[in-house]
Amino acid sequence: MKLITAIVKPIKVDEIKDALHEAGVHGMTVSEVRGFGRQKGHKEIYRGAEYTVDFISKARIEVLSDDDNYESILDLIVKTANTGAIGDGKIWVTNVDSVVRVRTGEIGKEAL
Amino acid sequence: MINSGDTAWVLISAALVLFMTPGLAIFYAGMVRAKSALNMMMMSFSAIGITTMIWVIYGYSLAFGKSQGGLIGNLDHLGLANTLDQVTGAEGHQIPALAFAMFQLTFAIITVALLSGAIADRAKFSAWLIFVGVWITLVYLPIAHWAFASQGGEGGWIIDKLGALDFAGGTVVEINSGAAALALALVLGKREGFKTESMRPHNMPLVLLGAGMLWFGWFGFNAGSALSAGSLAATAMINTQICTAAAAMSWVLLEKFRDGKATTLGIASGAIAGAVAITPACGYVNPLGALVIGLIAGALSAFAVSRKYKWGYDDSLDVVGVHGIGGLLGMLAIGFLATTTANSAGGLGLLNGGGADLLGKQSVAILATAAFSFTATWLIATLISKTIGFRATREDELTGLDTVYHAESAYDISGNANRY
Repeated sequence: MKLITAIVKPIKVDEIKDALHEAGVHGMTVSEVRGFGRQKGHKEIYRGAEYTVDFISKARIEVLSDDDNYESILDLIVKTANTGAIGDGKIWVTNVDSVVRVRTGEIGKEAL
Repeated sequence: MINSGDTAWVLISAALVLFMTPGLAIFYAGMVRAKSALNMMMMSFSAIGITTMIWVIYGYSLAFGKSQGGLIGNLDHLGLANTLDQVTGAEGHQIPALAFAMFQLTFAIITVALLSGAIADRAKFSAWLIFVGVWITLVYLPIAHWAFASQGGEGGWIIDKLGALDFAGGTVVEINSGAAALALALVLGKREGFKTESMRPHNMPLVLLGAGMLWFGWFGFNAGSALSAGSLAATAMINTQICTAAAAMSWVLLEKFRDGKATTLGIASGAIAGAVAITPACGYVNPLGALVIGLIAGALSAFAVSRKYKWGYDDSLDVVGVHGIGGLLGMLAIGFLATTTANSAGGLGLLNGGGADLLGKQSVAILATAAFSFTATWLIATLISKTIGFRATREDELTGLDTVYHAESAYDISGNANRY
């Protein structure tokens, strides 16, 4: 099993959610995070004094998938999240040893 | 005989001016970091408490009692004695002495509360409480006497002997607070991380709400200072509106050209700078004069607030740049723009054929107020610093003063914040 972690622009979250839902993905976790990549921070100005805000607001989407489908999910997120501008984010995939559904106790693929 | 219309206006004005101090608390709280927002508000609210008690016991008496050589009042009104059945004001416009005492109390409160902006995020709360009491006694009361205690030529020296014009407190409130703020900022030193860390305002909507409350209350401050409900109050009110509005726009216009963006903090700060600048002048200039003062005030203060980074003093919320400079501008502007068409009891400025006489008097009032306020405040703050300490410990400052001094935090907006 795989865990797909996508850091994307917050404005893209709804689109990605809809696209994944249509593609048959049943669940995901979203959180508000801050960070920077090549885009770096942004500048704010208060009474003429410039402040660099190093960490920019991003959304982190986490989706669990079985080994067969993760590539198509990955592609779908990349396609949907892309605006072509700097700051579109990053997606990575990690291996997951075990998954348990809390209510039923189902384990592994059944719990996805 | 008491004039009920005038009395009603002064009573309402007193309430309006009192409303400015919670407004200031909100204005300031939004500008500091979230970790000491409550401490910022607490400094203003505690100023209301302490100043009121002092006012009753001896403050009113020293400020407005019978003048002792133009420098300070006598002790005839300790505990507000000899005021309950007294009236004050010109024949036909008399109001109860207590209405005047209440109105003037609210000025003392906001003046000392203003100073908290210069020492945001780093003052020991107990030291602040002591400072408020000592400062009101040794700095505010004398200056209020000098410029506000008119006693038929025998009162405070600025108003009765020098004859400088200050309608609503350009010296007593604005230049006084600006000079004192500079002294405080110098004695306490910079915040940890000044100029190296981001100290951006944590809640801009609060700043704008506070600015709105101040703008609203300022009509009591300025138009109330007519101490009557007539055409002079109307002149002061519309001048206040004109100058405040013009300064708000001139600040953001300057920002747009200098920094590229017009900011909400800019429009709020500009409004305050304009209200400050028109404070001494609102009863002495005509509406077009107010417009000119406003256009200058916004741009001038927008420039002045950036000086602290150049010169390295941490006047955190710009009391010097907004109140000191705005008050200075307003007092000087009277020397140029005053006209007797606005107020027959006023004067004629340089541009209205009055010569440089008035400008000279205004300058003396400015210098005396600024020099006395700066020196006395510096001494008081240094004395507190050397004895009980005025500055929070480094650790407390980094932690945030809200939890350290008040055992509270300003925000719990995530529904799960009490769980983890």
